[in-house]
Amino acid sequence: MSEKNTQLKVSAIKDGTVLDHIPAQNIFQVIDILDLSQALNPVTIGVNLESKSLGRKGIIKIADRFFADEELSRISLAAPDATVNIIRNYEVVSKKKIDLPAEVVGIAKCSNPMCVTNRQAVTTRFKTVKEGEKVKLLCHYCEKTTEEFIPLRH
Amino acid sequence: MHKNLISIHDFSKEEILHILSVAREMEANKSQKLLEGKVVACLFFEPSTRTRLSFETAANRLGARVIGFSDVANTSISKGETLKDTIKMVSNYVDIIVMRHPLEGAARYASEVCDIPVVNAGDGANQHPSQTLLDLYTILETQGRLDNVSINMVGDLKYGRTVHSLLQAMSHFNPSFCFTSPAELKMPMEYKEFLDTRGIPYTETASLQKHLRDCDILYMTRVQQERFNDPMEYEKVKDVYRLERAMLDGVRPNMKILHPLPRVGEIADDVDDTPYAYYYKQAENGMYVRMAIIACLLGYK
Ligand SMILES: [Zn+2]
Repeated sequence: MSEKNTQLKVSAIKDGTVLDHIPAQNIFQVIDILDLSQALNPVTIGVNLESKSLGRKGIIKIADRFFADEELSRISLAAPDATVNIIRNYEVVSKKKIDLPAEVVGIAKCSNPMCVTNRQAVTTRFKTVKEGEKVKLLCHYCEKTTEEFIPLRH
Repeated sequence: MHKNLISIHDFSKEEILHILSVAREMEANKSQKLLEGKVVACLFFEPSTRTRLSFETAANRLGARVIGFSDVANTSISKGETLKDTIKMVSNYVDIIVMRHPLEGAARYASEVCDIPVVNAGDGANQHPSQTLLDLYTILETQGRLDNVSINMVGDLKYGRTVHSLLQAMSHFNPSFCFTSPAELKMPMEYKEFLDTRGIPYTETASLQKHLRDCDILYMTRVQQERFNDPMEYEKVKDVYRLERAMLDGVRPNMKILHPLPRVGEIADDVDDTPYAYYYKQAENGMYVRMAIIACLLGYK
């Protein structure tokens, strides 16, 4: 039943992108990273929807907008299991997972208070290190590991 | 050769050995006018007299001239100038920048905003690669080799960046380690995991006596107050080890005691006259290694 509902919701835009399986607590980070609060196209946001794998998930539907892979890879820290559905004429024409980029630039904050990126106007830069399910971030500047993803405030 | 010396991790085994061999030439010929007409900037955003003197002497011995500052009081930095602006400005005046800065990653950032070579002379608790290279040089000098050396690291193994960098640099050379520290200052897990993945053996102890006799290098460190957030934690451990002459009976004849200096109480004065004390020569070696670093980065060899 709930699967069918999700199906319906996913298909509810004519053309555009549906980002599914976003952890509910990170949905606003994803909106922030993709700068959707500035978008002029219709954006529908669903939070706290039931999900078998995530418990509570979020969905974002962006009408008439298609993202480059590189753009989408920016949300992989906030939503590592997200799926991207491309919708054309109410049909899902493509469905894929998001790739974790080898490097993330200007998205995450370094957890080290003595890091130069937290004290001077320096764009953050991390290597991603996958350890099992977890993704750690190795700071290009202070060489410390950040365990939890902390989004940069724009 | 790299353009900069920011982190010891940027350097391969071959590149490390190359700098050490150039340092050997420098020691054999202590004044060479290789860099006549060059200007070296020594920018110390936090004071470190010892490191600054070593770099400045190294530059002078190569025939270069030195400009810079030894702390930020009375400079435009104290008026809020950004690191980027300071580096951009100075880099237009000089041929190479040697810098020490309290922020971690500051030297890496500096190297990205200018076109001339940058040498990291310490970025907060992060890296101090010239110290690591002079430690390697001294181990090579005293043991005649870098391979298969047994190193006992003593003191603050938790916050001590010197021992962390040395451990990682030595991993190229099949070492074995003993970590002597109080429980509060043990070698962090990530470094032990680093050794595990490379199959490098280590033991841990809280007793200074325990592994004095089965090491080639006894690497003593100071417990640095400024690295502690909790003053109580510092009080508990500050005087935990004191090496004295009487404890050195039965050590290996080739054993040498190193210390990055300054020491506070961890090595008694009566150790200085033993054949094992090598920390003054180690400090002197720093100058040869820094001559090699500056010369290599400016294109000599
Ligand atoms: Zn950092």
